[in-house]
Amino acid sequence: MTLLAVDELRVRVATDDEPLQIVDGVSYEVGEGRIFGIAGESGSGKTVSVLALMGLLPRGASVTGAARFEGDDLVSMTPARLRQVCGREIGLVFQDPLTSFHPMLSVGRQLTEHLRHHYGATRADARGRALALLDEVRIPDPATAFERYPHEFSGGMRQRIAIAGALMCEPRLLIADEPTTALDVTVQAGILRLIDRLRRDRALSVILITHDLGVMSALADDLAIFYGGRIVEDGPADELLAQPRHPYTRALLDALPHPESARGEPLRGIPGPPAQPGSLPSGCVFHPRCAYAVESCRTEVPELRRLGDRGLACPVDPFAP
Amino acid sequence: MSVLEIEGLEVAYERRGHDPVRAVVDASLAVGRGEIVGLVGESGCGKSTLARAAVGLIRPTSGKVVFEGRELSPLDRGARGREAARLQMVFQNPYASLNPRRRVGRQIADALAILGLASREDRPRRAASLLDRVGLPPTAVSRFPHEFSGGQRQRIAIARALAADPSVLVLDEPLSSLDASAQAQIANLLVDLSRNLGLGLLLISHDLGIVHQVADRVCVMYLGEIVEEGPTDEVWARPLHPYTEALINAIPHPDGRRFMPEALPGEVPDPARPPAGCRFHPRCPLAFDRCTHEHPPLEEVVDGRAAACWLAADRAVRQAPGTAPRAAEG
Repeated sequence: MTLLAVDELRVRVATDDEPLQIVDGVSYEVGEGRIFGIAGESGSGKTVSVLALMGLLPRGASVTGAARFEGDDLVSMTPARLRQVCGREIGLVFQDPLTSFHPMLSVGRQLTEHLRHHYGATRADARGRALALLDEVRIPDPATAFERYPHEFSGGMRQRIAIAGALMCEPRLLIADEPTTALDVTVQAGILRLIDRLRRDRALSVILITHDLGVMSALADDLAIFYGGRIVEDGPADELLAQPRHPYTRALLDALPHPESARGEPLRGIPGPPAQPGSLPSGCVFHPRCAYAVESCRTEVPELRRLGDRGLACPVDPFAP
Repeated sequence: MSVLEIEGLEVAYERRGHDPVRAVVDASLAVGRGEIVGLVGESGCGKSTLARAAVGLIRPTSGKVVFEGRELSPLDRGARGREAARLQMVFQNPYASLNPRRRVGRQIADALAILGLASREDRPRRAASLLDRVGLPPTAVSRFPHEFSGGQRQRIAIARALAADPSVLVLDEPLSSLDASAQAQIANLLVDLSRNLGLGLLLISHDLGIVHQVADRVCVMYLGEIVEEGPTDEVWARPLHPYTEALINAIPHPDGRRFMPEALPGEVPDPARPPAGCRFHPRCPLAFDRCTHEHPPLEEVVDGRAAACWLAADRAVRQAPGTAPRAAEG
């Protein structure tokens, strides 16, 4: 079952110069109880495309397209209704739990105000829910943690608390934007396991945004690779990472140190800087950095073609099996 | 021959009304000509403090730093010896380490001018050739840092360090603010510089994966101490310290095989109150009675490999290539 269906989403942001097209027609579906991964480098539009769904972009951003969430279109909804739907049905976790918490308010206050606002829960009920969730995300001694302040916790513990906070209203969808990027690897592993467990125990759907394809490989069921505001390749995460078809995906994977590759083998960087909104190349946005580009790549924007359960926006398709 | 030698270095941060925090405890390492040494550990392990003490930005409480055969004095208000300029540092964030208001060529020429390494007329040409060395076009001299991507800025920072004609570069997380594609390019540049200019590199990083790819030898730090040291390949393939093993097992694999990294139980303890005995013992899956009260020294276990673990010798025997694994004894 599909929980969220995004169709031809476009985001344009007004600037002092000319408007910037940050997201340029992306479509994807998030299934119930599945983890949908959005991967890409900085500036690829991955975060903006998700913030746009929740109406969290600054004024001046125009969002078009559709995003059906349980049948309702998030894009055309009134702001008041959108706040209600997002507040109750969508939980959000950001990269840096230190900046997403208010430093002067206790953890308990921040976990419960959400529930009290959206559901009018009593103080005692909200506290009970918070303690149960703190326990579920493995915070030792939840009752004490409830009274403490964000700075009193380590980065990993803060991220666990942030996840507990996102789950307070029992959302159907959790959006996690680089949830482990600020953490050390041994701590990251704990958060990955936590997200995986929550997804299983609660049949939670997750949109996982990260640049880290290793993290994707551990968690994502379905994966979309973003570049220059578009999806260049998508499909089941295991297949896509094992047999990437788009030259960009392939290059991104080649640039990573692989645990099993030999030392001294030079890494293969991608030549040229990543495409940035405002200076997007014509045709295929990846063509100036692509080793397989042909003449038509300069002028024609490639369609995301369906190939079974994979999608590929590359007419050259140099890695066809 | 080692160009940079750090011996028994200790750095303690004084705190009013509290015991000092020993951020680095009895650390020794050496970097040879043309050698890349990786220094790996997680946040708060003391790796950046060690790097800063190595170049003299922080005064060590004890121990010494010997560079090109001379003991290095910590940086003071006054100038330090010209020779010490051959030990250079590159910082994590090239957005902060470059002057945003000064053209790139000027920033590099400044270094040449201060050290008297080129005449006024010669400086622009030298600046351009240094930029060329790090893979930037000569036109970069007249541009400003904001006109460059993160990876290019890190190249500029490296070019500026190279202006001093260094023999050793200490690089503090030079890759961690970059996207994967830029990271790979800078990593390759570092290997190239080390091999072709005979530069010794001390590469500080939290990312054991990238260090594995470029470093000849690696030192692993935990809570202020170096707990394992050895050739990168061997450490990676057969870690002797349980912490090194935990670090390796926590790295995700980007291959679509759904490998779920392993988490290390517990939290890094407060460095002001480190655990007694082995500092890693409360989180160690192999800890036994001795570890709780007796501190294991960093000792050579097999040729060229050292570990600070009471079980290291036994692990080395069991993990040696060609020997079948046998059940733990005793």
